[in-house]
Amino acid sequence: MSTFVTIVVDGVTYASWLFIVALGLTLVFGVLKILNIAHGSFYALGAYAAATCVAWLGALQISPWLSLFALLLGSVAVAAVLAPLTERGLLRFFYGRDEVLLVLVTYALFLVLEDATKLVWGVNPYFVSEPYGLFGAVQVGSHSYVGYDFALVAVALACGVGVWWGLNRTRAGKIVLAVIHSAEIAASMGVNIGRVYTYAFMFGIFLAALGGALTAPMISVQPGVSVGVVIVSFAVVIIGGLGSIEGAAIGALIVGLARALAVHTWPEAELFSIYAAMAVVLIFRPEGLFQRVKARRI
Amino acid sequence: MIRHPVWLGLAAIVALLLAGLAAPRWLLSLGTLSAASGLVSLGVVLMMRGGVVSFGQGLVFAAGGYAAALLANKAGVSDALLLLLAGGASAVLVAAPFAPLLGRYRGIFFAMLTLALSMVLYGLLVKWDALGGSDGFNMRRPTVFGAPLPEGWWAYILYAIAVVLAGSMAIAARLYFDSARGLVSLAMRDNELRVEYLGASVQRMVAWNFVIAAFIGGVGGSLAIMALGHIEPNFSYWTTSGEFVFVAILAGSHSVGAVFAASFILELVRSFSSSYFPNTWQLALGVFLLIVIRFLPGGLGSLLRRTPKTRP
Repeated sequence: MSTFVTIVVDGVTYASWLFIVALGLTLVFGVLKILNIAHGSFYALGAYAAATCVAWLGALQISPWLSLFALLLGSVAVAAVLAPLTERGLLRFFYGRDEVLLVLVTYALFLVLEDATKLVWGVNPYFVSEPYGLFGAVQVGSHSYVGYDFALVAVALACGVGVWWGLNRTRAGKIVLAVIHSAEIAASMGVNIGRVYTYAFMFGIFLAALGGALTAPMISVQPGVSVGVVIVSFAVVIIGGLGSIEGAAIGALIVGLARALAVHTWPEAELFSIYAAMAVVLIFRPEGLFQRVKARRI
Repeated sequence: MIRHPVWLGLAAIVALLLAGLAAPRWLLSLGTLSAASGLVSLGVVLMMRGGVVSFGQGLVFAAGGYAAALLANKAGVSDALLLLLAGGASAVLVAAPFAPLLGRYRGIFFAMLTLALSMVLYGLLVKWDALGGSDGFNMRRPTVFGAPLPEGWWAYILYAIAVVLAGSMAIAARLYFDSARGLVSLAMRDNELRVEYLGASVQRMVAWNFVIAAFIGGVGGSLAIMALGHIEPNFSYWTTSGEFVFVAILAGSHSVGAVFAASFILELVRSFSSSYFPNTWQLALGVFLLIVIRFLPGGLGSLLRRTPKTRP
């Protein structure tokens, strides 16, 4: 029983940051039709930027709670500076090309950002432990868990609900939905497609960077963190169906629980479990759990 | 007659064999390695002509490599040619069960599912202690036709095997591309629904192309392990698979020769820059790839075409 609780808690906390990252990925795909391999690099950049911001604000010695603000600041900085630069400076030249080719463009971007990150922050690991202790410990059954993990679940829920509300209940969101449905028709109705693309990309990257910033206290930030994340979040959005918010949530839960189950019962299968879950879902639902049917074009 | 791909291919093989006699040792092993990974990329190109891109050729690369290494170390099979064939056959054994399934997918889903399969293998290999876990293991040096090779000639003989092997596979690939099946593949890329209406099964073609690519990739994997003498789970990692696609895009799908040229360029750039600028070589690679995709959509091979497209 206690193992079961541990698996569920571990799975859900893992799923929560994964959901934040995957939400960004699925949003970018929905609007720009780009499956962004470099998403993982922005995750890593978010973690690095957060590490730097925490160190700066920590040096002022005002309040330890300020470090939470530093995490947010880091991810906003990444989204505000790098995302428009990438979208306007690079991606827009490739719009309309084959989807698989766009994957390769972002693969190239991934290679570039990977080394650029190393050039800026070096190859030594950074540790951002300060925010991790802020929420104390929580007792569940006989085990005690770090409060920060549960705060993360709350943030993930807020992100999910926020994005859903923003898309379905606001004017800007409806415009984005129109662009997702058909960019051409939306443009003919007077929507500035370029601007929607830029903002959507910025927001998606913000979510990636936020996911990175929020996990920075739980890991050592070093080269290589981006590589694993992008593949796992791919699994999440593929399971859920590309471009679907509910799908990303369910996908993150499936992946989180599958991984937690493997870690606690059969640790050798940790990596295996994630991709096995993805392969199984794809076999039965070739387009993911929440994908709409597309019309065939002759 | 003289332009026929078989003669061109044979001429290229002979020229490369002669050039190898004059080449220094490091260049020989570089050539062997680029032939090995070029073979895997040839498989990617073969699938690309059918309209799908596999982001998981590391699967067959690793399957071929591990099979050859295990046969050499555990089963005492030491003949290089036998090991190469066994590598290709094992890769087919690993890949074939998934082929009918993969035949149902296109575009991103094909790419992601192949990627998932290769990562499943990676996940297994990393945790499998009997296979050396994440460190991998060393392979015994193979023999050729039952004879152990003199130290001084080993590099050249392996290079010669690689050239003959890669050359004949390239010729075979060219013939396949120009055959009726190959042309149907090409039509699938343009419009698969029309191909279905004409009576061909796109699903079956995609599956077969995947199996053929698996064989070529498995041979490439066993050749690579012979050149390196060491194997590790990274063979199946997604960044390795990414490099195969990188080479395929760089080469384009017009010319099989361009695949090996692109593979050689990649190996050359890698070995130079990883010793001179270890922290920026991926950056250079990424920028290079972007430039190719942007300004040379047909790849390097499109430079060789005699009648350039004038249509916009």
